[in-house]
Amino acid sequence: MNAIEIKNLVKTYRTGTKALKGVDLTVADGDFFALLGANGAGKTTIIGILTGLVTKSQGSVKIFGHSIDTDFEAAKKCIGVVPQEFNFNMFEQVQDIVVNQAGYFGIDYKIALKDSQEILKRVGLWEKRKAMARTLSGGMKRRLMIARGLIHHPRMLILDEPTAGVDVELRHGMWKYLSEINASGTTILLTTHYLEEVEQMCRKCAIIKEGEIVRLDSVRNLLRTIPQDTYRVTVKEMLSLEGVRAYNPVQIDEHTLDIEIQKREELNELILKLAQSGFVITDFHPKGNRLEKLFLEILRK
Amino acid sequence: MISYEHYIALKTIVRKETTRIIRIWSQTLLPPLITQTLYFVIFGKFIGSQVRAINGVSYMAFIVPGLVMMAVISNSYGNVVSSFFGAKFQRNIEEVLVSPTPDWVIIAGYVLGGVVRGIVVGVLVFLVSLFFVHPVVTHWWAILLFMTLSAVVFSQAALINGMYARNFDEVAFFQNFILTPFIYLGGVFYSIHSLPELCQKASLYNPLVYMVNGFRYGFFGFSDVDPFFCLGVLVILTIILGLVNLFLFKKGIGIKN
Repeated sequence: MNAIEIKNLVKTYRTGTKALKGVDLTVADGDFFALLGANGAGKTTIIGILTGLVTKSQGSVKIFGHSIDTDFEAAKKCIGVVPQEFNFNMFEQVQDIVVNQAGYFGIDYKIALKDSQEILKRVGLWEKRKAMARTLSGGMKRRLMIARGLIHHPRMLILDEPTAGVDVELRHGMWKYLSEINASGTTILLTTHYLEEVEQMCRKCAIIKEGEIVRLDSVRNLLRTIPQDTYRVTVKEMLSLEGVRAYNPVQIDEHTLDIEIQKREELNELILKLAQSGFVITDFHPKGNRLEKLFLEILRK
Repeated sequence: MISYEHYIALKTIVRKETTRIIRIWSQTLLPPLITQTLYFVIFGKFIGSQVRAINGVSYMAFIVPGLVMMAVISNSYGNVVSSFFGAKFQRNIEEVLVSPTPDWVIIAGYVLGGVVRGIVVGVLVFLVSLFFVHPVVTHWWAILLFMTLSAVVFSQAALINGMYARNFDEVAFFQNFILTPFIYLGGVFYSIHSLPELCQKASLYNPLVYMVNGFRYGFFGFSDVDPFFCLGVLVILTIILGLVNLFLFKKGIGIKN
């Protein structure tokens, strides 16, 4: 059974803006799926429809086989949501926010209290359980939203730009945590601007542009379609780049340059050319964000 | 269909609302108590001593049901509109909207929250009135029924206000320009029979008249309007407002895109 099955989904807002123009999308059970797109592409609208905050204009949506038209209650039970912006009562205590959310999902208070202990410990907020939400730092607030989204043990967790505005350390911590959740069998659908995030974690990815899905494939396949790789080279001293001009070198600073190499070309040849130009290489590694290039190309088309 | 999970969700909303009432007691419980006490002192004690008895009841005793009902109505209304609009404003209403909680449970939860505050404040005001007068209770059933139904009606009206309101001004608008005049013109401080005939007829279009009079009937055994007619009006208003709320929730007015 698929976690999500969307067919011909259309959303036209009252203002006349057509946010979705017939989206077809399938997310398999257990997948780690990324929805990519520029601001206003329709990502949040799709999430809004899946979670019941936005009403669709046309099309069909099934969540783990439950249609949102005929059995939205059962469909919602399968979903946990982590929205883009903080949307909890800032004057409530951390544990109350999580326990109340469990209550809305029909979980008994005593069980919710016990489960909240486990989940708050897991996200590192147990010590803050009696703190008012507004006193938490930005990173803690985001972890609180994840705890709240997971309290009812959903089969799928939907995250709308979960790492936006989050510092590097916390972002990596969240990637690790999300990967663990996914490994334990929870399907994950996320939208993000960080393509590195997609490359590192996601198995499948859809790119949405102006309300339409323009690419839908595994991340591996998408990366394969990129004709060239970019390598970051650290050199002892920056010299003339004339000898390696064919590799589109971009000087980053006085010791670093990015070099593009076509997939059919050999690395030996590149290193040889660098050595012939007098460069002493101290570090050489593939640059991340390969997907970014593809993403930008697709958006420009 | 009502399930155990719906019951838990309802209990959660009511618990959350009740916790809020207690947490901010200095905003929810104390001010109405002070205001109503001042009414008892000024209208009941100072002015009331110069007003003749109404149907054999002293003016002080006459205004007790009206002031209690006034507290019930304004507090049940105020609780729901501020809590619901606050949840909309902070967007934490989304917590319950993304859950499987059906619309009717959300409506019932907020309404019950309003009823709790309305009745708690009403009872406190009644206890304060005992310092000034010892009102006779004739029909307990009427007191309980009118108090509860009035709180339900105004909690439901507040929910509609909360859904449509786009800012705090629109929340205050209904309270200041519609609710307050209706309360003061609803026979809290006077019998509508003391009004000119045209005003008496106009008063019958004010739903507050039926609440205050039905409630007053519970105390003194008399009222300006037949108490069973008053009850009928309240039941019809409860049903109509309930259906309107269900419709607005289904449409997602003010809460969904």
